[in-house]
Order: sequence, then C-alpha cells, then structure tokens
Amino acid sequence: MKFIDEYQDSKLARGLARKIARCSTKTIRLMEFCGGHTHAILRYGIRQLVPKTVEMRSGPGCPVCVTATIDLDKAIALAHLPDVIITTFGDMIRVPGSYSSLQKAKAEGADVRIVYSTIDAVEIARANPEKPVIFIGIGFETTAPTIAASILNAQQEKIENFYVLSLSKLTPPVMKALLDSGELKLDGIVCPGHVSVIIGSHPYEFIPRDYRVACVIAGFEPLDILLCIDKLVEQMEKGEPKVEIAYPRGVKPEGNRKARQLMEDVFEVGEANWRGIGVVPQSGLRIRKRYERFDADKAFSVSLKPSKEPEGCRCGDVIRGTVTPLECKLFRKVCTPERPIGPCMVSSEGACAAYYQYGTAEDL
Amino acid sequence: MDDSILLAHGSGGKLSHELVEKKFLPFLANPALNRLDDSAVFEASGRMAFTTDGYVVNPIFFPGGDIGKLAVCGTVNDLAMNGASPLYLSLSAIIEEGFLLSDLERIMQSIKKAAEEAEVSIIAGDTKVVNRGQADKLFITTSGVGTIPTGVDISGANARAGDKVLLSGTIGDHGMAIMSQREGLKFSMTLESDCAPLNKLVSQMLEVSSRIHCLRDPTRGGLATTLNELARQSNVGIAIEETRIPVKEEVRAACELLGLDPLYVANEGKLVAIVDPADADKILARMRRNTYGREAAIIGKITKEHRGKVAMKTKLGPSRIVDMLTGELLPRIC
Repeated sequence: MKFIDEYQDSKLARGLARKIARCSTKTIRLMEFCGGHTHAILRYGIRQLVPKTVEMRSGPGCPVCVTATIDLDKAIALAHLPDVIITTFGDMIRVPGSYSSLQKAKAEGADVRIVYSTIDAVEIARANPEKPVIFIGIGFETTAPTIAASILNAQQEKIENFYVLSLSKLTPPVMKALLDSGELKLDGIVCPGHVSVIIGSHPYEFIPRDYRVACVIAGFEPLDILLCIDKLVEQMEKGEPKVEIAYPRGVKPEGNRKARQLMEDVFEVGEANWRGIGVVPQSGLRIRKRYERFDADKAFSVSLKPSKEPEGCRCGDVIRGTVTPLECKLFRKVCTPERPIGPCMVSSEGACAAYYQYGTAEDL
Repeated sequence: MDDSILLAHGSGGKLSHELVEKKFLPFLANPALNRLDDSAVFEASGRMAFTTDGYVVNPIFFPGGDIGKLAVCGTVNDLAMNGASPLYLSLSAIIEEGFLLSDLERIMQSIKKAAEEAEVSIIAGDTKVVNRGQADKLFITTSGVGTIPTGVDISGANARAGDKVLLSGTIGDHGMAIMSQREGLKFSMTLESDCAPLNKLVSQMLEVSSRIHCLRDPTRGGLATTLNELARQSNVGIAIEETRIPVKEEVRAACELLGLDPLYVANEGKLVAIVDPADADKILARMRRNTYGREAAIIGKITKEHRGKVAMKTKLGPSRIVDMLTGELLPRIC
C-alpha cells in the first residue's frame, strides 16, 4: 500500500498550500459535498493550511444524515414486526428517529444486525429462510449498484425472503436543489470521489454552465483535497468555472458503465425525501416493478405516527451548509457522540461528528 | 470422556472432578493449586496491587493468540501498569454446553505458556457450564495480585508538564487481527495480534529509571482513548506527533480500507509510558532491547496548555484534537 504515503506527503502538501495562498486573491466559498471529505479536511488540519480567502462549508454527502426522519421511523417500525430481521450499515442503528432508534428497538428484542456489505444481508436471508430479512438501503450512487446487485443475486438464487427498503439518493439532483434555493452563495464544489467513480464527471456539467459554480472531483487523501482546492481557486480566479477531475486514478469522465447498468436495471428514478432539504424530484431510486417482490415498501405495511424533528437540532441547516456545527446551540453541550440528538453527530461521515472529534484550531 | 462439554461437567459431581483433573490441573499445576482447598494460601508482604478482568473475545482463536493467552496477559499487564510484579492469578471459566474439549485443551495449553512466560502461577480457579446459548463458547475471568517494589509510585495521575510520552511499539495490531477474522468482514492478511505479557519490559524499564510517572496499556479504545484518560487524570495536556507513531503497513492499509483510525484500534501487548524528560532516552534504549519494545518511540510530551485534552500534529503540519473513542468502531459505508 505504498500509495498512502505519497498522497499524504507533508512537503508536497505545504507546497500546494503555498501555491493556493499565492493564487488566491478573491474571497470564495467552497462546499465539500461529501462527509468523507469533511472528515479528511478536519483530520489532517487542511482548514489551517488554506488561506483565509477560501471558506469551506460541509454539504449533504452523508447517507445516514440525509435519511429523512420519517424513513428512519419506518425502518424502526419494520424492525418491530414479528420475526423480521433488519440488516443495516452500522451508523444507522444509533440515529434517533422521532420516538426511538434501531438500537433501542434492538434492546427491546427486535433482531437488528449490522452488516458491512449487501452480500452479507443476502447471506443472512439465505441462512434464515423462515424469516423476512430487510436491508435498509441507504446511500448514494456509490452503494446503489451493490444494493442492485444484491437484489439480482437474491432473484437468481431464488431467495424469497430478502427485501430492500430503498432509500438510495442521487447526488447531482440535490446539488441542483441546493443551488436553486439560492440560500447559500457558492463559488465551487469539491465533488464526491467515490460517487464520481460510478457516475463520472459529465453529470456535473450543468453546474458551471447554468450556475457559474466550479466543480472539481476529489479523492480522499489530503493531497487529493488540496489539489482539488487549488484547481477550484484557479478556476474562480480566472472566472472560468468548469468540471475537472483531480482524482484521475479513481474517476474516468464516463464513470463505471457496468455499475450504472446494474442500477438502471433494478431501480427507476423518482423523488426522494432529504432531511433538511425536503422532497427533491428525480433524486431518489425506487425498485422497478419487475423486482417489486423485493421491495419492503410494497411487501410490508406499517402504521407510522407523524414524524417530528428533535427540538433545537440544526442538522438540516448543517446538511445544507447554511450553518457550521459550531453555530448549533446543542453542539457539544447537549449533543455529543455518546448522546446524539441528530444524525450529523452519529455518523462517521457527519459534519458534527467530525467537528466534535477533531476540533478546530480554536479548541487548542 | 466425550469430545464436548456437557452440562454435567459443571454439576459439581464426578464429571466436574474429571474435567478439573484432566483438563485444568495438568496445565496449571503448582503447590498452592494442587491442594485443591477452597481457597489458595500464600505469603506476601509490602504494597500489593490487585486487579480483575473478564474476557469475552470473539472469535476465541485469532492470529497470534486466543482467549486464554489474552486472559493471562491482560491481567498481568494491568498489574504491571502500576509497576507491580505479578505473582498469582485466579482463573474462572464459564463454558457453553457443547464446547469442544479439544478446543479447551488448546486454550489451556496457551494459558500455561503465557503464565510461564510471565512467571505467574494460577493458584485458584473455578469452572461453570451453562446451557447452550447462555454464553458464547467460553468466557474467562482472571484476577491477579502482585507486589510493588519500594519507591515505585506509578499512577495515571502523575504526569507533569515537560514529561515525555513513550509508546512501546506499533498500534492497532490486535484490533485489526481480530477484525480480519470477524464474520462478514473476513479478509486475509499476515497480521497477528500483539497479545503479550509486558511485566518484564516494565521491570527492565524500572531498573534503569525511578522516574517513570505513568504507565498504561492502550487496550480497548486504542492509543487515543488511553492518552485522553491520562490527560484527564493528571489534568495536563498531551501533544503528540502523528509521524512518530509507529503503525504497521498492513494495519494502515486495512484501516484505510474500512475507514478506521489506528489511533482507536485495540492493542494487547503495548504500553504508554509518561516519564521524566531527563530519563526518556535511557528508558527508550532499554525498551528497544526487549522483544516487546523493539519499535518503541517517543511520540510526544506533556504540556501545561489544553489541559485534559490531547492534540496531535498531523502529517501535514497543523494540529488537531484527538478525542476519546465513542461508541463502537464501525467501518464506513460510502
């Protein structure tokens, strides 16, 4: 694994930081879409390396965080159905819903299991043929192909008891929604690395064209992110926003066609409910009719009480980038990783968790 | 004797006696235990240290060790972290019905080996068998006593500004070795747990310096959590440097892959020492001559600033907070 060292080289990083400082004359505001980027930025102290002219805001790129409370309530209700096994990615179980959490449901006797991949969820279904096994399908274009593959796998192997609660979301449509709202003036976007491995760079092209906002796709190592910021600064200094790839070892302009085919085969595009943003058209993935027997939404009906957001929680604003976690009154005082009030403090990709864990220069 | 544990093995009757005589005594034999009285009797004098710990690791066999080795080393190390020389251990096993006797034998063999290496005797024991499903294969609890040499005063509350922070070797080996074996996450790597008794390393360190202020083994929660505990207990700041912390390539690679931070991954054969700056080099040199301290390094210092907090200078230069572990270590999804 030699590549880690090269992408974390401190001399190169400082050189790049100096170059950014030299080039940057205009004050600009960038959004790192992805929670993985927020974490890397704070973990390596990148905020302290870039000049004051460059402001960084976190965006909605945390799958757990953007899951709407009502959808979480539904997952919890499904967990309480008799004999059901819920399979989910780890962070989800700690997020508070309106009245409970998957973790609490588990403590009350529900069978909730953490899996590391969708394949494991199918395996659990195979091993427990008498019980319905529901996978809570959150995530973006990164995880959607693997969820699609799990459905195809279950179909092929005639696994009758596997279901997916499809909550997958799409990245470019929500970027459009954020830009359309005009709530936050942005000059550039640090575009997600892993998502772009799948979708490529073309889907972002409307952003510089229609909104004059720069888009550069970044990897997750510190040098990847600095290189991306460098390119964003350069574009905005020149006044020529465009889509660039600063992560060529992972992302090709055309993306990964095979993974997209899997997605298109199993899912169709529809609206999705985003925490803090609301219902965004064309931003979600629903299971197609021909695979509907795997659709947990169709196979099970649960009655839900009206959902409610935790009082004072500003996760919605944090997700939209309109405030930083430090501006939330609950941050660190009431809301901590041990007793999270909102999802951004729970998820390992949440902005609040990153601010809490790594602190900022002022904390020292 | 059949090939697996039956409920009757825990009944206190014939089978229980047979189990103790055939599967425990041959591995643990020592004068105090062999008497099979209700309690073990031993001589002691001076200041003593006493500790206890339960072991429920899953899987029970892992690369570089098993639950037996862990149960001995863990308790030996807890005693050593107060500067005590471990003398005696007790061992209590809760066994799930159906557990394979051959597996029990393997574990007893490794308990014997670890106890021999640490030069401790297991002088008291107990066995219980529970219904299938009431325990996960085998749980072990060990307690231990040790004597503290005169003049040794080691506590997590003793760190002072200016002290140096030493680490005995690479971090994250144990946690990643276990994780590589977990169901649903199997990946193959050559990594082994670092599980080891550290009492000799500690006594060698004490031979060269009487100015060792704190010792702690960064087990669950990893190095980050241990340093935070020490910063709070001593009410000092701790400043470390990322580039000085030794991490094995394969641990780093596996952590990158899963989105984990080696700072939070468990160790079972490492220690953190906070020592007087004047003696730091001397202690480091002595540590490096011991197998379990070969890769020891000075990773930072104690400061008057940011009391109760740990700051780390990152690879790129800026400093950031290193917080305690919260919740469980969970791989990322995106």
